[in-house]
Amino acid sequence: MKYSGLRVIKEALTGHRGWGPAWRDPEPQKSYDYVIIGGGGHGLATAYYLAKHFGKKRIAVLEKGWIGGGNVGRNTTIIRSNYLLDGNEPFYEYSLKLWEGLEQELNYNAMVSQRGILNLYHSDGQRDAFVRRGNAMILNGADAELLDVDQIRARYPFLDFENARFPIKGGLAQHRGGTVRHDAVAWGYARGADSHGVDILQNCEVTGLRIEAGAIRGVETSRGYIGAGKVASCVAGSSSRVMALADIRLPIESHVLQAFVSEGLKPVLPGVITFGAGHFYCSQSDKGGLVFGGDIDGYNSYAQRGNLPTVEDVCESGMALIPALGRARLLRMWGGVMDMSMDGSPIIDRTHIDGLYFNGGWCYGGFKATPASGMCYAHLLATDTPHETATAYRLDRFRRGRMIDEKGVGAQPNLH
Amino acid sequence: MMIDHPLLGPRDAQEFTYLGDASLIDRPDWQAEDAVDQFHDYLYLRDNPAGEHRELWFHEVGDRSWLVVTRNTLTHQITSVELARDVARSRGRSK
Ligand SMILES: Cc1cc2nc3c(=O)[nH]c(=O)nc-3n(C[C@H](O)[C@H](O)[C@H](O)COP(=O)(O)OP(=O)(O)OC[C@H]3O[C@@H](n4cnc5c(N)ncnc54)[C@H](O)[C@@H]3O)c2cc1C
Repeated sequence: MKYSGLRVIKEALTGHRGWGPAWRDPEPQKSYDYVIIGGGGHGLATAYYLAKHFGKKRIAVLEKGWIGGGNVGRNTTIIRSNYLLDGNEPFYEYSLKLWEGLEQELNYNAMVSQRGILNLYHSDGQRDAFVRRGNAMILNGADAELLDVDQIRARYPFLDFENARFPIKGGLAQHRGGTVRHDAVAWGYARGADSHGVDILQNCEVTGLRIEAGAIRGVETSRGYIGAGKVASCVAGSSSRVMALADIRLPIESHVLQAFVSEGLKPVLPGVITFGAGHFYCSQSDKGGLVFGGDIDGYNSYAQRGNLPTVEDVCESGMALIPALGRARLLRMWGGVMDMSMDGSPIIDRTHIDGLYFNGGWCYGGFKATPASGMCYAHLLATDTPHETATAYRLDRFRRGRMIDEKGVGAQPNLH
Repeated sequence: MMIDHPLLGPRDAQEFTYLGDASLIDRPDWQAEDAVDQFHDYLYLRDNPAGEHRELWFHEVGDRSWLVVTRNTLTHQITSVELARDVARSRGRSK
């Protein structure tokens, strides 16, 4: 069923009785050509592009809970392509371009809102680093603009510009950045994949990988054994657990990241802003809640909930940037399990086991990557060669000394 | 989280910084034939278990001792805390 304005009007006049489910709930088949483990944004996008763009058939997405219950439904929804390094920036810019066409592509309102992102700087050294980053972005075809204090004041008059310790000196803006309705991304890709014949199997946890003579044969699941030509892991924070089923140890630690939303307010925050003297990012949802977050808690965790010191830290950073935030009440907070890699950058690659592929290590920045991750992973699955924007995301790059360390902090996942 | 420091008693986890898996105590022999492979695994690969995890915490704003904390990564419950020095010695690491 195609969604359109006309359709909404027709349904409104006929009591909304014509809307069907957006995707099927099929029984698992005995085997598939492609089994994708994980019904998050990346898994569903991979299935969609594999079916639609690469014309592949007999594809299943296996999700242990319900689709969109993982990080894709827990993130702070920020999209941007303001990276510095060569291995990253072309990939994230490709992703941003895919976001720009996503709603037409999927015939689904994902509320892609290019309201702009502004990274503030508070010192001369930070300005120089941002200038360099902005130039790297422009060289890779992205947009970037350095704003001075007056320009920022015009748009965000309520920031604490004269903060004694961290006065705002300017900012790097990417006007094409913004936010996307996260759940709608999962649902839109699910609906698109389903309409191209992909089976989305929920409540179907992968509990074992059947490997014979160095090649994958299929997966054991909570809904029985499913044979597979190719198996593609795409489980974000659960990456180490799933790959352990094939005795593969990963350059990844799982950490908890918390997010927060205030009560609904009238429109105050026109774009996404980030504080440069701490780790704090904030935007306003279309319902009016201020959505914000900061650092990961910093210790290994699979708990999907964090601790109070991080809450305090995030709120302090928020208050240092937007004093008015103190008047808003916190409505909800939650956590998600991040697949923190050893250099802060992701992996999209095959493994040494024939037919077993791996996608993970997204840290807390994988939402913006969803379309490109899906496209590049589908490209790898369909052609066994990396997509041109994802050639650096190899699993063995640590052995070869080819880390992509944006922050330059080394093999310390909780610092990326 | 509260960490029951073997010398100081219960302290708030906020006083500590976190390094990671306690296997980092087992630094490979740099003269071994396969030292390159061993150091790769040591530096970059992790078991990253969901469940019991032995990990290194540094009492940065306290007595600056290193601790080996056994903690469940699913519940955050801490079941044992040892001085890293004792753990290292028991593994023949330091004199
Ligand atoms: C609080 C928070 C804020 C964030 N903010 C941002 C942001 O502003 N911008 C940004 O770009 N990124 C952000 N991220 C990161 C982003 O959400 C993730 O990197 C991204 O969603 C990960 O990919 P995914 O959507 O496929 O993961 P998920 O949605 O987690 O999908 C993985 C799926 O695999 C399933 N699974 C796990 N094990 C199994 C198994 N054995 N069998 C079957 N299925 C299994 C899980 O149930 C889950 O549904 C944030 C994350 C969090 C938690």
